Amino acid sequence: MKTTVSPASLNPAASGMEPPRKYKQIAGWIILVAVIVACSVRTEATPYQLIVGLPQMGSLLQEMFPPDWSYLPTIWGPMMETLQIAILGTTLGALLAVPVALLCASNLGVSRWVSLPTRMVLNLVRTIPDLLFAAIFVAVFGIGPFAGMLALVFFSFGIIAKLTFEAIEAIDPGPLEAMTAVGANRLQIIMYGVVPQALPYFMSYLLYTFEVNVRAAAVLGLVGAGGIGLLLDRSLGLFRYDRAAIIILLTLAIVLVIDYGSTMIRRKLL
Amino acid sequence: MIEFDNVTKVYANGTVGLRNINLTIREGELVVIVGLSGAGKSTFLRSINRLTDITSGDIRVNGQSVTRASGSQLRRIRRDIGMIFQSFNLVKRSTVIRNVLSGRVGYHSTLRTLLGWFPKQDVELSLDALQRVNIREKAYVRSDQLSGGQQQRVSIARALAQEARVILADEPVASLDPLTTRQVMEDLKRINRDMNITTVINLHFIDLAREYATRIIGLRAGEVVFDGTPEEATDEAFAEIYGRPVQQDELLGGA
Repeated sequence: MKTTVSPASLNPAASGMEPPRKYKQIAGWIILVAVIVACSVRTEATPYQLIVGLPQMGSLLQEMFPPDWSYLPTIWGPMMETLQIAILGTTLGALLAVPVALLCASNLGVSRWVSLPTRMVLNLVRTIPDLLFAAIFVAVFGIGPFAGMLALVFFSFGIIAKLTFEAIEAIDPGPLEAMTAVGANRLQIIMYGVVPQALPYFMSYLLYTFEVNVRAAAVLGLVGAGGIGLLLDRSLGLFRYDRAAIIILLTLAIVLVIDYGSTMIRRKLL
Repeated sequence: MIEFDNVTKVYANGTVGLRNINLTIREGELVVIVGLSGAGKSTFLRSINRLTDITSGDIRVNGQSVTRASGSQLRRIRRDIGMIFQSFNLVKRSTVIRNVLSGRVGYHSTLRTLLGWFPKQDVELSLDALQRVNIREKAYVRSDQLSGGQQQRVSIARALAQEARVILADEPVASLDPLTTRQVMEDLKRINRDMNITTVINLHFIDLAREYATRIIGLRAGEVVFDGTPEEATDEAFAEIYGRPVQQDELLGGA
């Protein structure tokens, strides 16, 4: 059904009338495979090593069973401490994330001189892994759960602030305009136009970060930052794989419960 | 009363939004602005509460210059001007009453509104406003549960809760079906008459304009090319405004 010949239709690539060329797709796949192979060769992470290591993996698993159930009362306390570290770290990090997310979002009329540096700091915070934070805080505040908690504050802050400011940028601008038109000031616009729209996303990110933090808190003990990780480290050091197994099982149980709970809550929110 | 003094708006890309507009809208008038899309209807309306800044000239609402106001002064002026949008602009996740109450934030301290402590009179005022547009029973329903026509009535109630002296409506019925269109227009007309609220409405249905307006202003390429009563706005006059004969889809029909 060709009626008129406009300049655009003379160039099939621009007109959208022709299907896209296949070679781009093929080239993409070739590049992906090449990158994976190159990485594997450079790091010597080859299937060969997997096959050689497999029997050892089997003997390790054998030593883990049966798990040492009598160890359960000993690990219960540190496990609760781990949970408490995660709860405190996530909550404080999320609270810090709120004002920063508002400053970063480009649709709230914040000057670029403020929002761009804030984003830079945020990126910096997210570059640092949680274990490194923990190691730094152990060096500063000494061994113990406080250092671990502080590490999780920064870690959660980075994730939640980033995800939340992106959610804020995606909200419907209509209510913001309506609030401007009723004579609201900046804070009122945020409270009545932004918060109701972004809150469900924020809560969802908070719960997700909490899940991640429980797992992270379990290994913080490796660098002396409190919680169950210390016992895990000790069990592994003493080759008590049956004890390591019970720690892993308990962690798994707790993570599953939290996962289930937060999925339920998130489904209600969104 | 809204006064335009030599108002010109040129956008950054060189497009002329408004060209040397001089006119006065008196208290209690129901003015309908007509014109093709791109003729400057939205710019005209949005410059009144300064959602759009003008390039030169002056706009005064009830004697106060909108152009020269800033900060809290501008917010005070905006508080007295209700605005109704084509896409309603409600917070869909919030309840109806909360959306209506949000029209009251200009009357209270920031702290008080952040905590959501509205006085009892505000809640009653908001419920009365909902009563006026006949959706009092939806007050505690989430806004996204309502139909388009009902949502638009919530946004009218928000303007009423503001105790606005002027209502601006930017294509208020463009996303509604013909039946709800008439209901919303009736609401706006009734409020204009009963409460003597100066009302300016952008419309593209010319039969609606003739039916509800007390005065019609036609814009073409940012200029006022028609300003008269509905009786004077004949099909020939509209052809003049549009620069072409009136088309069927510019009539809502069923009057």
